[in-house]
Amino acid sequence: MGLKELVTPFTAWKNVIKDPVTVKDPFNDRPGAERYRGFHKNDVEECIGCGTCEDICENEAIDLVPVEGIETKDGDSGLRPRLDYGRCCWCALCVDVCTTGSLTLSNEYTWVSEDPEDFRYTPGTDKKEWDDNERGWKKPEGGYEFYARERVAMPELHAEDRDKSFIEFVTGYSKQQAEEEADRCVECGICTATCPAHMGIPEYIKAIRNDDLEEGLRILYETNPLPEICGRICTHKCETVCSMGHRGDPISIRWLKRYIADQNPSEKYKEILNQGNVENNGKKVAIIGSGPSGLSAAYYLALTGYDCTIYEKLPQAGGMMRYGIPEYRLPYDQIDKDIDYILSLGVKIKYNVNIGTDFTLEQLGKDYDAVFSGTGLHLGRSTRIPGSDNENVYFATDLLREIALEDDIPVEKKIVVIGGGNVAMDITRSLARLQNIKYGKVDITATSLESEDIMPADREEVVEAREEKAIVDPGWGPKEIEIKDGKVKGLRVVKCLSVFDEKGAFSPKFDENNKKFFEADMVVESIGQGMDTGYLTEEIKSQLEFGPRGRIIVDEYFQSGLNWLFVGGDIIQGPDVIHGIANGHRAAVGIDLFLNK
Amino acid sequence: MNKSSKLINWQPDRSKYPELDENGKAIIDLSSQKFIKTWQGPNHPGVTGNMSLELTISGDEVVEAKTHVGYLHRGFEKLMERRLYIQCFPTCVRMCVPEADSNEYVLAAGIEELDNIEVPEMALWLRTLVLEMARLQVLLRTVPGQASTLSLGLGGQWGMYLRDLILDRFEELTGGRIYHMFIIPGGVRGNLPSGFKDRMEENLKLIDDFIIRIEDLIFTNSVFNKRTIGVGVIDPKWVSQYGIVGPNARAAGFKRDVRKDYPYLKYNELDYDVYTRTDSDIYGRSQVRKNDLIQTVDLIRQILAKMPEKGDLRAKTPNVMHWKVPKGETYQRSESSRGEYGLYLVSDGSKYPRRANLRGPSYTHAVSLLERMLINSNISDTHAIMVSLQTCPPEIER
Repeated sequence: MGLKELVTPFTAWKNVIKDPVTVKDPFNDRPGAERYRGFHKNDVEECIGCGTCEDICENEAIDLVPVEGIETKDGDSGLRPRLDYGRCCWCALCVDVCTTGSLTLSNEYTWVSEDPEDFRYTPGTDKKEWDDNERGWKKPEGGYEFYARERVAMPELHAEDRDKSFIEFVTGYSKQQAEEEADRCVECGICTATCPAHMGIPEYIKAIRNDDLEEGLRILYETNPLPEICGRICTHKCETVCSMGHRGDPISIRWLKRYIADQNPSEKYKEILNQGNVENNGKKVAIIGSGPSGLSAAYYLALTGYDCTIYEKLPQAGGMMRYGIPEYRLPYDQIDKDIDYILSLGVKIKYNVNIGTDFTLEQLGKDYDAVFSGTGLHLGRSTRIPGSDNENVYFATDLLREIALEDDIPVEKKIVVIGGGNVAMDITRSLARLQNIKYGKVDITATSLESEDIMPADREEVVEAREEKAIVDPGWGPKEIEIKDGKVKGLRVVKCLSVFDEKGAFSPKFDENNKKFFEADMVVESIGQGMDTGYLTEEIKSQLEFGPRGRIIVDEYFQSGLNWLFVGGDIIQGPDVIHGIANGHRAAVGIDLFLNK
Repeated sequence: MNKSSKLINWQPDRSKYPELDENGKAIIDLSSQKFIKTWQGPNHPGVTGNMSLELTISGDEVVEAKTHVGYLHRGFEKLMERRLYIQCFPTCVRMCVPEADSNEYVLAAGIEELDNIEVPEMALWLRTLVLEMARLQVLLRTVPGQASTLSLGLGGQWGMYLRDLILDRFEELTGGRIYHMFIIPGGVRGNLPSGFKDRMEENLKLIDDFIIRIEDLIFTNSVFNKRTIGVGVIDPKWVSQYGIVGPNARAAGFKRDVRKDYPYLKYNELDYDVYTRTDSDIYGRSQVRKNDLIQTVDLIRQILAKMPEKGDLRAKTPNVMHWKVPKGETYQRSESSRGEYGLYLVSDGSKYPRRANLRGPSYTHAVSLLERMLINSNISDTHAIMVSLQTCPPEIER
């Protein structure tokens, strides 16, 4: 030990003359870093209350609570996350997992309050000074995702492989594809709330992930006895509201449902669903129409022990599902798979029976304890423009029915379809196939009042129609079908500027100077359908209440003014399959309550 | 030897007490009034974290020592068994508080190993950077901290300021100062902010200067040398017996460094040597840590120079909300500032880990090793010995 060791440490004294390094006023002089994980912010308009933040929070610091000014609606639970800062650890996993990207953190980190309750707050609703602070933690970019944002593409036949036949062109997911798609779901349940049948969507998607397809089938049948059908042609309101759709593609819920149904063989259904023997309760219910609502009602009533008989006007069951939807979208054997299972539970069906002519409704009311009517919308509606009464002007519903009945239908070389909904696309694509078979080329134009962005048809329908060489030319208002020598020459249209007025009421405005003429030998009208209530006699009508557009008014269980008559399906709600199924299920509950009073 | 130097070099005669039994163990009879039982901690400024030492002293000599933990009331390993893998990520961070990034890394590496996930190149570099920054901020506190245990607090204050600057860098890179929660299973949570490298270099220059200053203040200091040289010696024979790792083993002459022995992340592409000494006393361990500090500064410079500008931050993983890690078990390790830090992770194929067992070096350093080292030491040296082992109670009590 020398002198050096004794003296050197004292050189530290030179620091006495240096400036201090401390921050004098850290509350004001030292904002958090750009990425700092400070207090929460939430864009309540963007947020849909999916609750994924609540699920991922390992400290259970987040609760979804109702807040003032936010209504529960389709695609929005009406709830918003409330933070408890006694629990939060500011890991920001809630931000990273947020499906809409509404939840972020500010870089604010000081908050003084005497009241401990203050630290439990709902960001965005409880106004805070950092609400407008743009800095702070946001979901990282650059390949950083907690789940896949893009959906697994559904394999389909190429246009040239499908446009000459009615073969089903959506081939369905493989096991790996289905599991990969099912993995994207965050189980928020926004879909369940929106689905008219309130199907257990997150649960059956989970069953796919667990590769337990039998459990999946059981979940499907709890709320929907037509999974093969719905798995193909459901209007999938669930996907429209899917929380994953806000920053990417919604989950392919419909295709996943189809995957479960496809993978379970029909002969094992009874065993899987454990529905071997149902005890008959001695009560009889008649069901008019074997569409989705009728079949659904029959299924749930049969399970409860009712003796159900379905009366069907046409030679086969299925209603609009068979006679309104082309085979390439919904093959007949898949319809049969679902229907045959329902019939195997003891549901009887009588074909080619027309209520109103073969039987009267009153007679059914007397013979049975209750009657459910789901007769659907089978009548076409006309544009009533000049020339629409020509014999070469058809309704889409009639043509689709005749195709299903394998009747010969007129297929001309040049066809124009008026309408922009899914039925219009169905008839356009069906006729395109028939033209292809008959003439080897397609010359069909679909035109609608609505412009492309507001066309009611599903987007993929329009895209696929174009792939099959049909022309879709939306945004034109039909004015006149030109007739020469009793034959259709074409359709005159003018540009449609807007379809709805400011209040959202139907009030189309046209630019009369912007005209167009579609040459055609045949015109098909597909602008909506009407109901045929011919089977309702005057006496019955007098006991029923009618709402706008002649709709029968029913209660929450679809019971009409006549207590033994329950009405549901397209004539009440919809038109679509899933509403029909939901109505049928609810009406079955209503009938059971009514008959066990 | 003159009278005054005799006084300076005076050592008490410790041959009489305590008496030893035939096994060489001290015979402690508290009723003889020759012994005092005293507690150092848990509420004691000199104790690292929530730990206490139950000391039996005879005069000023420690004759028996026992480490007590149990003040943290935690159970993170058990908590993790009931959490999704992604939820384990913010949980496991807390197992070792001062150097939280090692926890994140071993968990992420364990999950990635079991699920066969390949982490993007960019993320590997960022992980290496963050682990070295974590080592840097720990050493900035520990190296001068050794002198603080001997009442020379000035170096500790300098180090604390520089550590805060590194925490500032952490804040802008990861969004947090202590719990960075950056190394997420699958990758990392952010790229370098613009200007980061320049600001880091400014800080590193200050640290270069700091190293020179503590060399003068601490390592060229007669009091420090007097109190650390030859004090708290770890017998090299103990190293394998006790499983001693990290700087404590390196000061005893063992070239033990997980970064070299079982290379992970990008350490293979970095140029450095493992520094060892043979004196194995408090002074030697301080020197090893000082050299680690110099080395870490150099490694950070190398990483910042070599790492790519951009790239993917995170690999594609299953949806974190229902991430099932395939059945299996793995042991993942990293070199923390205290030595090998490992996680034994078992998955039964479900969404939750079946078992997560963290092996921190303090488990041996602060319990069995410390209890042995304190015997026959002077009571005034107990802090210094404990701190020289760099004990961290949270990783004992998981």
